Amino acid sequence: MTASADSRPAGTADPRRSSFRFLLSPPAIVLSLFLVLPVLLMVVVSFRPDLSGNLLGSFAPTIKQYQQAFAGAGYWRSLGISALTALGVAAIATTLAYPIAYFLAFRAGKRAALYLILLLVPFWTSYLLRVMAWKLMLGEGGVINSVLLWTGAISQPLDALLYNRGAVVVTLVYVWIPFAALPILAGLGRIDIRLHDAAADLYASPWQQLRRVTLPLSLPGVVAAFFMVFIPTVGEYVTPLFVGGTGGSMYGNIIQDFFTRAANWPLGSALSVIMLSATLGLVIVGLRIVDPRRLLAR
Amino acid sequence: MATLVPAVRPRRHGLPALRGYFWLMVALLYLPIAILFVFSINANTTLAFPLKGWTLDWYAKLFATPQLLDAVRRSVIVAVSSSIVATALGTMVAILLSRFNFRGRDALTGLAMLPLIVPYVVLAVALLILFHALGIPLSIATVAIAHVVVALPYTTLIVLARLIGFDAQLEEAAMDLGATYPATLRLVVLPIAAPAIISAAITAFTVSFDEFALALFLAGGDQTFPVYLYGQLRYATTLPVLIATAVLLMAATLVLLVVAERVRRR
Repeated sequence: MTASADSRPAGTADPRRSSFRFLLSPPAIVLSLFLVLPVLLMVVVSFRPDLSGNLLGSFAPTIKQYQQAFAGAGYWRSLGISALTALGVAAIATTLAYPIAYFLAFRAGKRAALYLILLLVPFWTSYLLRVMAWKLMLGEGGVINSVLLWTGAISQPLDALLYNRGAVVVTLVYVWIPFAALPILAGLGRIDIRLHDAAADLYASPWQQLRRVTLPLSLPGVVAAFFMVFIPTVGEYVTPLFVGGTGGSMYGNIIQDFFTRAANWPLGSALSVIMLSATLGLVIVGLRIVDPRRLLAR
Repeated sequence: MATLVPAVRPRRHGLPALRGYFWLMVALLYLPIAILFVFSINANTTLAFPLKGWTLDWYAKLFATPQLLDAVRRSVIVAVSSSIVATALGTMVAILLSRFNFRGRDALTGLAMLPLIVPYVVLAVALLILFHALGIPLSIATVAIAHVVVALPYTTLIVLARLIGFDAQLEEAAMDLGATYPATLRLVVLPIAAPAIISAAITAFTVSFDEFALALFLAGGDQTFPVYLYGQLRYATTLPVLIATAVLLMAATLVLLVVAERVRRR
């Protein structure tokens, strides 16, 4: 790797060369050692028949783990359910966030910056706490049940609120709404406000204006919001752990189980490799559809 | 003059509905947080309505629970150390990406941003395998290493945004006037980036302080506060004390983030 200052004529030694090495080495070492190497090791472990002997020692590679992962309908089902859950969460969060972003972009006026901070404060507060809060809301002795009991709407506490897929979806949607509003807001911010006037001048109804002008122009932001929620949600395991119970567990929880309770690291590694590949595939598709640099450029 | 103003302002349609929707969503977003706060001063271990009374006992008990304070202390140590390292590394990457042309530039960009994409559970098991293979025992150090990796994209992006906004000619001018490049970095680039560096450090701190998904795998016996909280969840009687702690920490984090935002906008 060579450093070159743009303004200097070719052939002159770049005085920044030694600094370049000084700047590059620490991040390169840390990223290789603690990001690239662990992932490679994980791939290696996924080809082990079992975990006997030294983890760095030699072994006869086998695709047994992958065969087991692909053969069992359970893992595919779980991956499918995780993807569907993430799809639902991303779609709902994006839809609910759109009017918020629209209000901030076109109707909030001078207070927009203040309102935006107001919206983001819950997002900045502890992720774990917000998940905890939903546990307190939905539980058998939780807020919703006790309010319903108090008002006499029900006579027995509902136990169907917590520890299922619905609780996971509600909690995740709640967590992601403010985050989903951000890329949509960026997308709406790029729209020339005069286009609205032009549409109105051409007798577009408010609805037509939204459908034919605003929505298409803000689509890159909407797609970005969708992917920014969808991708981290597929790999989610913490929210199901807190509010999902057995009925709401996701693919990430299976991986977690294989590394803790079940202690089957090779199979867990194979499942992790599958998850990582799926996620990277999704990101590549997402980046094809919407270029983040274009969204941020004004 | 007044005749030039159109009688109807078609652009403001739907305003009350939109405004109402916005405030409804804000209320829904704050409701669970408010409930946490109510829970922390509620004179009962469950949140049954009607509430029986208020108390500050939970906050008092918090300071009399040594394991809890230990867990908070560990979280602070992990967050401070990982923040310092992630900020230093992120600043280096940001300088490289904004001021140098080199082969492998795209590779470095991709690698530094990769932790944004890799699911935490995958990164956690990958690091667990690495530490196991190298015979490194799990501790707050292994948690801190993981937090450096996940905070790096944030620190890089924050400092990069600042450096891109400033013309590199300032540095060329310094060097034309005889400054060596290391001196230019120290006297020109770092002062320019300073507000972003502080903001990046605070952001990295908050990313680490609250982090559970990686810490659960990598903390071993050294439980950080989120891991400790998770372990205590099954005991209903300790819950109010935990929530009280969490409310205090949340308030502290918010103050930090507001400071970070103010510094960044300077």
